[in-house]
Amino acid sequence: MNLSKVIQIAWKGLNRNKLRSLLTMLGVIIGVAAVIVMVSVSTGTEATIKDQIEGLGTNLLFVQASFSRGGPGQAPASGGLVYEDAFAIEALNGVKDVVVEQASSETVKAGNVSIEAVSILGTTPGFPSVRDMDVASGRYFNQTDLDRKQKVAVLGAALAEELFGDSPPVGQVVTVGNTKLTVIGVMEEKGLVGSTDYDTYLFTPITVVFEKFTPNQFARLFGDRVRVIYVEVESQDIIDDVIYQIELLLAKRHDVSLEEPDFVIRTQEEIIETQEATTAAFRNLLGWVAGVSLVVGGIGIMNIMLVSVTERTREIGIRQAVGATPTDIRLQFLAEALLLSLVGGVIGVLAGVGGSSLFGALGDLRTVVAPVSILVAFASAAAVGIFFGYYPANKAAQLDPIEALRHE
Amino acid sequence: MKRANIIQTSDLTKIYGMGDIQVKALDGVSLQIQEGEFVAIMGPSGSGKSTLMNILGCLDRPTSGQYLLAGEEISDLDKVQLAQIRNRRIGFVFQSYNLLPRTSALENVMLPMIYNRDNHTSEAEQHEKALNVLESVGLADRVHHHPQELSGGQSQRVAIARALVNDPVLLLADEPTGNLDSRSGKEIMALLSNLNAQGSTIVMVTHEDDIAAYAQRVIHFLDGRIVTDELNGHPSPAAVHQEESCESV
Repeated sequence: MNLSKVIQIAWKGLNRNKLRSLLTMLGVIIGVAAVIVMVSVSTGTEATIKDQIEGLGTNLLFVQASFSRGGPGQAPASGGLVYEDAFAIEALNGVKDVVVEQASSETVKAGNVSIEAVSILGTTPGFPSVRDMDVASGRYFNQTDLDRKQKVAVLGAALAEELFGDSPPVGQVVTVGNTKLTVIGVMEEKGLVGSTDYDTYLFTPITVVFEKFTPNQFARLFGDRVRVIYVEVESQDIIDDVIYQIELLLAKRHDVSLEEPDFVIRTQEEIIETQEATTAAFRNLLGWVAGVSLVVGGIGIMNIMLVSVTERTREIGIRQAVGATPTDIRLQFLAEALLLSLVGGVIGVLAGVGGSSLFGALGDLRTVVAPVSILVAFASAAAVGIFFGYYPANKAAQLDPIEALRHE
Repeated sequence: MKRANIIQTSDLTKIYGMGDIQVKALDGVSLQIQEGEFVAIMGPSGSGKSTLMNILGCLDRPTSGQYLLAGEEISDLDKVQLAQIRNRRIGFVFQSYNLLPRTSALENVMLPMIYNRDNHTSEAEQHEKALNVLESVGLADRVHHHPQELSGGQSQRVAIARALVNDPVLLLADEPTGNLDSRSGKEIMALLSNLNAQGSTIVMVTHEDDIAAYAQRVIHFLDGRIVTDELNGHPSPAAVHQEESCESV
């Protein structure tokens, strides 16, 4: 019996019970579609994050205060990271530029619109370049604004929209806390960076944050605290050297040992790696969940094939009587199981690809359908068909022709 | 003229059940059936005639003894070889037709050819062959009907066509008229007689004397043994017709 005949007979067998075949396939369809959708969503997310981070350049270091030495609520032994640290770092060899940020939260008013708890981010002028952001209208503040502590503000795109609607914000005045700031620019829409939504931020010179938006002015006697110091290194090759210099410098300035620093220095690559490890773990988890549903689908196939073998015992007997060998019978039922899983696989791939783009459109997510996920999902479906089809097929092949013919 | 033996058995035994309770379904059956013979096997239920048919039809193997089919030793073949013998050398006709449901008469007849690995003819040729055989059993106008659309007599004709399609050396019929009314039964018997007249060797199991009357030789079984084995002579269809009114049970 040739292969096309085997497939033809199997196809007829499945066609005889269309609804049952379709329901049996459903397990595989859902499994395969789930694998593809899950993997495409996490691959898309991963790609987005990687693009964002790589847009910032790989020569960037992040210096942040680390409060590991003191428990929560307990003040760190040192003053943490201060503005002056940034100038000291800027003076080091191999450092091209330093950008500093410090955050606060205030109520922002413009006309009769008032928004509570807006994130106020004080920065130095280099901030848009290290965060890969652009100004949509007006300008970002410059070194002169910073030095003169000019009361100016640059708005995130969403914040500008909320405060001013369609009218142009540049030149308008906003009240931040008790301070009036003149809007000199609006940023372009950025979207989420990690978990930060810069579009809702108000940017102002860091010196203004120190002066106006620091709750405890007495604490400033120990130095102006900053959240992050971005350090742009001249070239990738000397990055380790610069890290070491910063460590020595800050340890000395903060009077802490190198073994127990009160700061952390992270490279762009480390951040990418952390992100990748997280999304990879997420993707693997989703992959496994989807894989489990594929196995459940396979058990469904086995179940229905066993029922089918019992139901069609007499048919098997007739085929044996007219000369079907055990191999012929085994092939027939194996082909049915395989057809179920392959047709289910094809439908599942289509549903998965369609589902991915639907997901992407509805959830405003980037989804990337990896060809390898289609291949893996399809191959798993075939493997499931063979694996779970073999036992029922073998059972059919082992039937005794006389018993089978007597079966009602 | 000495004709070739199609069936030659010596001392066939079949014992069912292992351990304490053993049933001897066949107890030393030695039998020769020659090419072109039409043999009826009769006997009460449990006499071993069905067991003999299963063994002759290569669906079952004897516990001991020898079986030569057209000179070929059958007793020690494995499952696959037995399937091939059933496919190429034997045609089966069952009491309950045993056609595949929801499958056309034509496809039912083609079934044995699908499993015949020695048959290298194209599908079109197989199709043609099946059509010819169906025509020869008088069903040229029913080839695309499904079994549920056919009468009992027509179904049995399809089954006979299926049995003939691989040109077997032996036709086995297990109560071929058992499920049919007497008129259809007679038509089927006429068909079998006709096939026999054209040279087919037929072995048939039956309960009914008037059906057995179509055969040239009648073998009676009892308790797994042959009790009588006698020639029938050629009864004329008219004689059978007269017996119809007093059908024995």
